Order: sequence, then C-alpha cells, then structure tokens
Amino acid sequence: MGEKILMKGNEVIGEAALRAGCKHYFGYPITPQTEIAHYMAKRMPMVGGTFVQAESEVAAINMVYGAASAGVRALTSSSSPGISLKQEGISYASCAELPAVIVNIVRCGPGLGGILPAQCDYFQAVKGGGHGDYKMVVLAPCSVQELYELTVEAFNIADKYRILVMIMGDGILGQMMEPVEFKDKEEIISVQKNWAASGTKMNRENNVITSIYIDPEKMEKHNLKLQEKYSRIASSEVKVETYNCENADIIVSAFGSVARIVKNVISMAEKEGIKVGLIRPITLWPFPESEFLKYADVPKAFLTVEMNAGQMFEDVKMAVNGRKKVYFHGRMGGMIPTQQDILDKIKEILKV
Amino acid sequence: MPTVFKRPHALKEVSMHYCPGCTHGIIHRLIAEVIDELDIEGKTIGISSVGCTYNNYEYFNCDMVQAAHGRAPAVGTGVKRANPDNVVFTYQGDGDLAAIGTAEIVHAAARGEKITTVFVNNAIYGMTSGQMAPTTLINQVTTTTPYGRSVEKHGFPIRVCELLSSLEGAVYIERVSVNDIKNIKNAKQAIKKAFQVQLANKGFSLVEVLSTCPTNWGLNPNEAIKWLENNMIPHYPLGNFKGKDLEV
Ligand SMILES: Cc1ncc(C[n+]2csc(CCOP(=O)(O)OP(=O)(O)O)c2C)c(N)n1
Ligand code: SF4
Ligand SMILES: [Mg+2]
Repeated sequence: MGEKILMKGNEVIGEAALRAGCKHYFGYPITPQTEIAHYMAKRMPMVGGTFVQAESEVAAINMVYGAASAGVRALTSSSSPGISLKQEGISYASCAELPAVIVNIVRCGPGLGGILPAQCDYFQAVKGGGHGDYKMVVLAPCSVQELYELTVEAFNIADKYRILVMIMGDGILGQMMEPVEFKDKEEIISVQKNWAASGTKMNRENNVITSIYIDPEKMEKHNLKLQEKYSRIASSEVKVETYNCENADIIVSAFGSVARIVKNVISMAEKEGIKVGLIRPITLWPFPESEFLKYADVPKAFLTVEMNAGQMFEDVKMAVNGRKKVYFHGRMGGMIPTQQDILDKIKEILKV
Repeated sequence: MPTVFKRPHALKEVSMHYCPGCTHGIIHRLIAEVIDELDIEGKTIGISSVGCTYNNYEYFNCDMVQAAHGRAPAVGTGVKRANPDNVVFTYQGDGDLAAIGTAEIVHAAARGEKITTVFVNNAIYGMTSGQMAPTTLINQVTTTTPYGRSVEKHGFPIRVCELLSSLEGAVYIERVSVNDIKNIKNAKQAIKKAFQVQLANKGFSLVEVLSTCPTNWGLNPNEAIKWLENNMIPHYPLGNFKGKDLEV
C-alpha cells in the first residue's frame, strides 16, 4: 500500500478515475460535486487528458457517449437535477452498451430542492430513470477510502460488461475529508474494444455504435441480450457488508453515509442490551437480496434507514418477502437521521 | 475502357431508403467522394443523427456512431477528443440541429471543436411526416402549420449559417444547394474544404445544404427542385459566410 493522505471525497473520485486510466472527463457545475470538475480541470492537462466543461448535463453525457464509443474510459459527474438531464444519454448509452462511469453526489429534491445531502435518487438510479428496460450497476460507498476503491472498480466493471456504472454518494461523502490510502498500482482489467468507433484503418469492417433497432425482432433480440447480461452481473457482482447479524434482535439496513450512523447506533444499543445487525448494500443494483433471505429468520424485525421517503425500503421488503415485518425510518430535505432517533425507533419496534 | 464514374469506396454497396427525388442521397454521395479524394476513410468517424437519415450508418464504410436527437455535435466532441487524429463529421437535419440540438451545435462551434457538420436544411421535419421545422418558410404549409407558417404565431425561420458566423470558433461556414449540376459541384467543393479545415486543425466547420423533401412538401421531384429554387434560395442565400480564404 502507498502513503495515507487526507483528502476530500469529491477530489478522491477524480484521483481514483485518473488512477483507473480515465483521461476523459465531461461535466457541468452543480453543488455538491463541483470539486470533481475542479480537480479534473487541474489534473487532466498534466496527464495529457481531456477536460471539457460542457454547455449542459445533456451535452456532457453525450460527450461521454462519444468518448466511450471511441473506446476510451470516460467519466461524468453531477448531482440530482443534473442527473435528471442525463437520463436521455444514460438510456441511449445503455442500449448501445457503452462502458462509462457516472457519479451522482445526491442532493435533496425534488425540483431544484436544496444542496444538502439526501438519498432520494435511489429509485432513479436502480429502477431506470430513463426510458426502456436497462440497468446500470450502482455502487454506494460509505467512506472516502471506499469511494476511491469503488471508483477504480467502477471502470473495470464498466469495461468488463460494456455497461454504465453509477457511483452514488451524497453531499456528506463528497465534502468529507478522510484519510485515504492509495495503492502503488491499480488493478486495471484490459479488454479488447474491437467494437469501438476509432477508425477502420482500412483493415477491418466498419464499426457502428447505435441504439436504434427498427425491426421488432431485432429490437427484442437486443433486449434479450441486455437482460442476459444483467442476470450475469446480478449473479456475480453483488457487493454487501454484513455486520453483527448473527443472533441480532433487529437487522437495520442502510447504504452510504447513513450506514455509518447506524454503526454508531449498534454500539449504543449494545450498551442497552439490544443486539442490532446491519446489512449494508454496496451495490444498490444488483441488490443483495440473498443476504436478506439468509438472515430473514434471525431478527424479530427489519428496519431500513434512509435519507428519503422510503426507497430502498421497497427492495428490502421484496427481499425479506413477508418473512418478517420491515419498518422504515427516514429524513428528507437535507436533514440527517440522528443516532438517538434511530435507537428510539428500534426500541419502539422491539417494544423495549 | 477507362472508368469515368463509379461508386465511391466510402459508400456501401446497398440501396438507400430515401423517397424518390429526395436529395439526401446526393449529399451522402458527395461526402463519400470527399472522403475518397482526401483518402481519410480509415480514420473518419461519422455521427448519424435523428431524422430521415437516422440509419445512414448503413450507407457509409467508415466507422459510424448514431446519436440522440440533436446531440450529434456533443457526441462528435467526445469522439474527437478521445482520438484527435480522427476526422469526425456529423450529418444533421434542420429539426435535429436548429431546434432540439441548438445548444449542442452553438457550443461545439463556439468551442471550435475540430469537427465538420453537414447540415441538411429541407425546411421541414421529414421523418415524422412533415411538421414545421425552425427553417420552415413564412406561409409554408406543414402538418403543424396547416394554414401556413405565420410570423405572428410561429416566428421567423432561422438562418443557421448567419447565426453561427458570429462565433470565433466556427472558422468555415458555407451554404450550398444540390438543386442542379453546378450547385452540386459547388456543394462538393464546400464539403471538401470543410473537411480540409478540420484536417488542418483550424476549428469548427459547417456546410449547410439546401435539400428537397418532395414527399412532405407534397410535390413531385421536379416541382420540389423548382420550389427549392424559387422559395428556399431567396431566403437562404448561397455562398461562403466564413473561411473562404482559409489556407488548408
Ligand atoms: C427526443 C426526441 N424527440 C422527438 C423525436 C422524433 N423525431 C424523429 S426525427 C424528427 C425530426 C427530424 O427532422 P429533421 O432533423 O429536419 O430531419 P429530416 O427528417 O427532415 O431529414 C423528430 C422530431 C425523437 N426521435 N427524439
Ligand atoms: S421524407 Fe422527405 S427527407 Fe425524408 S426521405 Fe422522404 S423526401 Fe427525403
Ligand atoms: Mg428536415
């Protein structure tokens, strides 16, 4: 391992992307993720890369579409309202099977909302905010160290499967400074992008990147191919952290920064003799259903804690599949659930 | 016997799907001839847009990328920035470029992206069956201006070359037409120059081509040519707007 340095979450995303061999960044300013753009603007010229401040998020995602079509690793980042604008490009790139990484440092909504942290874009990210049957791999880190590691991995997953990977954080994670330990060398998978539009050099058939299939049989066939890819990913790329779940009285589920608050609640509860477990999905898609099923018979109940009105809550209920009652505790509008509120909710559920 | 006329290598040996008398096909051929003459097929990437030519990636022999409606200049920017040695052209209609894609074309031009846009102005939305385009002429009847385009209700048609000429990043801009042999020859020269400007790394280049849509104009091919001459050329004057004397 290399040296440990103190860095801001957003800047770590930029540094990790560069370490992953990404030399093409396209973005449009929006709080609370703009430091990613600042970092890239400074660093890209040093490594002979491209930084473009696009005219909009619509343009930025389409620049990513172009760069990914040409076979290079490309990144765009934004926050909620900007991610809404990217949905068109996300759908097209998913259909055209382009590998790229999109960062969403989520802020509270709906509408212009506010600039404070939230997790209210969960549905948009995992259920498909754009049109059509597509999926993105969605990664939800909970620390700056994990933000670094998952950003590098995001590029590998994208290339391996020709899929979009979204890193979903929130303002807490993006703005937070934490020590991060960079590896001396990153593991970068090498894939032959012989499908890319980089010029035939007159020695091969021409390559075409497209998302349009007018013939219904071909369109369905392409959809089936996408679905087959998604099931391969679902069976091999699930990431989840399980903590303290054996013999738990209650299992709490939370992702991203909220999971860290829950970890503190676990030790608070311990002192009062309550055993709290945690299932922290790291991939929000594919969702770690089997982990919930595995522990479904252990606790008296499940609780999900989120900074939204109950979005991952639905997936937890689906995974637990009626075997236990699933409760929800959430805050919105940039308000953060407190440890005490979570503990009170746990006691209320367990009637202790 | 010497060959005096053949299919350009850059054009695939397939028949095109355009309506009889539609001039999209001529424009494709001109681009392909230019690609052949400049010997750049192996490093050229074409960006198809959304309109009647959405699938012209089936007609060219170079690598092709299909873009969302209006976004071709942004996609082209990404392709070019990824591999600056490539030659990138976008092929866009008037709805695509001058309505939904206004922001993308203006900013690609303003940034001086080293790409070439072939902008096909047929004063109508061809693909979606003849609605008003930003370039539809005053009094022109379309399916969404059944009583004719009126200044009061619909505003004025946009002159794209004139609009983009004010941008420093756009270094070569010319309007041409494919209504007769002489103009077709001029059109080819302009397209060639636009590609050469890109090869010389000078900046953004655009050629607007006045084109017919007999089907949605409700005219036969000959009448359509006459309509273009009598109505479009007076409103959209042909000629060079920028970069005529640019050394390439
Ligand atoms: C986002 C989006 N909106 C609308 C459409 C429908 N649409 C397809 S082609 C077209 C108009 C194209 O007109 P133009 O660019 O002038 O090309 P032409 O067919 O005349 O060559 C429209 C509105 C679409 N495909 N995507
Ligand atoms: S509808 Fe018009 S523009 Fe489209 S192919 Fe037919 S004639 Fe050409
Ligand atoms: Mg048109």
